[in-house]
Amino acid sequence: MVEEQGIQRFVSHFILWIGIAIVAFPVYLAIVASTQDNALIANGQMSLLPGGHFFDVYYKTIVLGTSGSTREPVGVMLLNSLIMALTIAIGKIAISILSAYAIVYFRFPFRMWIFWMIFMTLMLPVEVRIYPTYKIAADLHLLDSYAGLTLPLIASATATLLFRQFFMTVPDELLEASRIDGAGPIRFFWDTLLPLSRTNMAALFVILFIFGWNQYLWPLLITTRDDMQTIVIGIRKMITTSDALTEWPVVMATAVLAMLPPVAVVILMQKLFVRGLVETEK
Amino acid sequence: MANVVLRNVHKTYPGGVEAIKGIDFEVGDGQFCVLVGPSGCGKSTLLRMVAGLETITGGEIDIGGRIVNAIEPAERDIAMVFQNYALYPHMSVYNNMAYGLRNRGMPKPEIDTRVQEAARILEIVPMLDRKPRQLSGGQRQRVAMGRAIVRQPKVFLFDEPLSNLDAKLRIAMRVEIRRLQRRLSTTSIYVTHDQLEAMTLADILVVMNGGQVEQIGNPLEIYQKPATTFVASFIGAPPMNLMPLRADEIKSQFSGDGRAASEAGILGIRPEDFMISSDTLPGGIALELTVEAIERVGAETFIYGTRQHEVQSVAANPGELPPGEVIVRIPGAIGPAIGERIRAIAPREKLHLFSADGRKRIDL
Repeated sequence: MVEEQGIQRFVSHFILWIGIAIVAFPVYLAIVASTQDNALIANGQMSLLPGGHFFDVYYKTIVLGTSGSTREPVGVMLLNSLIMALTIAIGKIAISILSAYAIVYFRFPFRMWIFWMIFMTLMLPVEVRIYPTYKIAADLHLLDSYAGLTLPLIASATATLLFRQFFMTVPDELLEASRIDGAGPIRFFWDTLLPLSRTNMAALFVILFIFGWNQYLWPLLITTRDDMQTIVIGIRKMITTSDALTEWPVVMATAVLAMLPPVAVVILMQKLFVRGLVETEK
Repeated sequence: MANVVLRNVHKTYPGGVEAIKGIDFEVGDGQFCVLVGPSGCGKSTLLRMVAGLETITGGEIDIGGRIVNAIEPAERDIAMVFQNYALYPHMSVYNNMAYGLRNRGMPKPEIDTRVQEAARILEIVPMLDRKPRQLSGGQRQRVAMGRAIVRQPKVFLFDEPLSNLDAKLRIAMRVEIRRLQRRLSTTSIYVTHDQLEAMTLADILVVMNGGQVEQIGNPLEIYQKPATTFVASFIGAPPMNLMPLRADEIKSQFSGDGRAASEAGILGIRPEDFMISSDTLPGGIALELTVEAIERVGAETFIYGTRQHEVQSVAANPGELPPGEVIVRIPGAIGPAIGERIRAIAPREKLHLFSADGRKRIDL
């Protein structure tokens, strides 16, 4: 580390503060706007200090939803988003850890071929295969269901590769010791590999939860019913109103609420997350 | 309690590489067998075949009267200690030792008795609740041995278990392994590349090279009567001095001895069998050397010299000295100076003679 003194230190700190301000100000603005009266905001007279409507705005947002239209309350959207993000994150981890286990530890015909097939799907994100995926989901009657929201997003080449890389670093002797200790493939997976992958799973969970939470295009296509909509879609729909004034405080409150779960996940799992990316416990 | 018998064991890898080229030997009940050889000689592969971690592509392995070729490692009634210990990092010491017993469905109280007993023998009772990463190398080694002991197997297999320890600890653990094995009198097979470990631990020593057995026997016998030049240079440190001799040299050196071959051969003399003297021993050998380097280790001194007259050279095998160089070991710390010329003599009974290809010992 280079210890900087005087003016140099001041300049570097100043630049950092500018960066923080650029990132933090919109967030602050959203929080402030969510506590003010809609008329003030609509008139362009919004104060930069928090207003006095915090409780009624948030109560309205979470429980009642926007007035004038038939939008769902944000509570429902939060629940939908949570279910989607959790299912995607857990489903992706479960499927990819199993496929990585198969690829690394089992010798079966076309093993490398299958590995490369999985690898290739990295080049085919949802956006690229959106039409066929939608068609399949529609044919399977998955529209407007949690299964439709999550299943097509669960298969994950990235997570499979990550677990594969991790498994390759686990010493072979552990497997051999397990074999001598009388542990079969399932026991070895459950008793040894899974506990060793804990930090990796945590790191992946954080990334995948945020990935699932922020999904926009797929939920937009697959859900049409208001009670199935996720919070990210909800914000967008709240802003474009045809008949009435956009209720900015509610929109901003929704945005703030949408930010909270990912932030909470990151904060809660930060320690494991960093360990999962940095340290290998062997 | 069981003996282990290997009958014409072969291992050929799918690519066609032949790692083990037909090995036969028997380890008697309760004996300590050491497989020794340079890296890549197949000793670890052979051990892993006994463990069941490598398939056997030819021949039979018999543990306690049962052919185990097609039997899973867990069913072979063996326990193995790995070079890197292979402890389960996420389990406590206690669970590391208990895991194999639990998988067998042994009742809890008996598991506890066995683990506590093993921990007591190995003096790791205070560490039972710790995780392997909180232990030092020597402690991990003990846990790995504890994991083997609690199984009360027919055979212990050790795969270079001491090579990750520092020199002092290695000696201490070596003694301990030997004591433990005596106490439990469990048949053991131990793989090492360290000839000192091999000499001190073994009841039966198996010297391997290139997937084949070079010599089997009691360690001292092997030291005293190496069967090939490979064994001669591998067992004993520093290695035996090997000097190719022409047929006429052999004739003049060993004249009057009918058994000595009248063709070219290789003469071997251990560094410790030399004396520095101007005497001539009847039937013995005398070498005129120029001192090139001296190593003083306190109790003994090693003198590296070159021979005055250049004999034809043979390619040096691993562990052998370069042609023309001779090591002389003398007791004490007083030795000649570098550049000095010395005369090293060795008596007749300390000379070893091998055929010119080094594959056969010729008794003098």
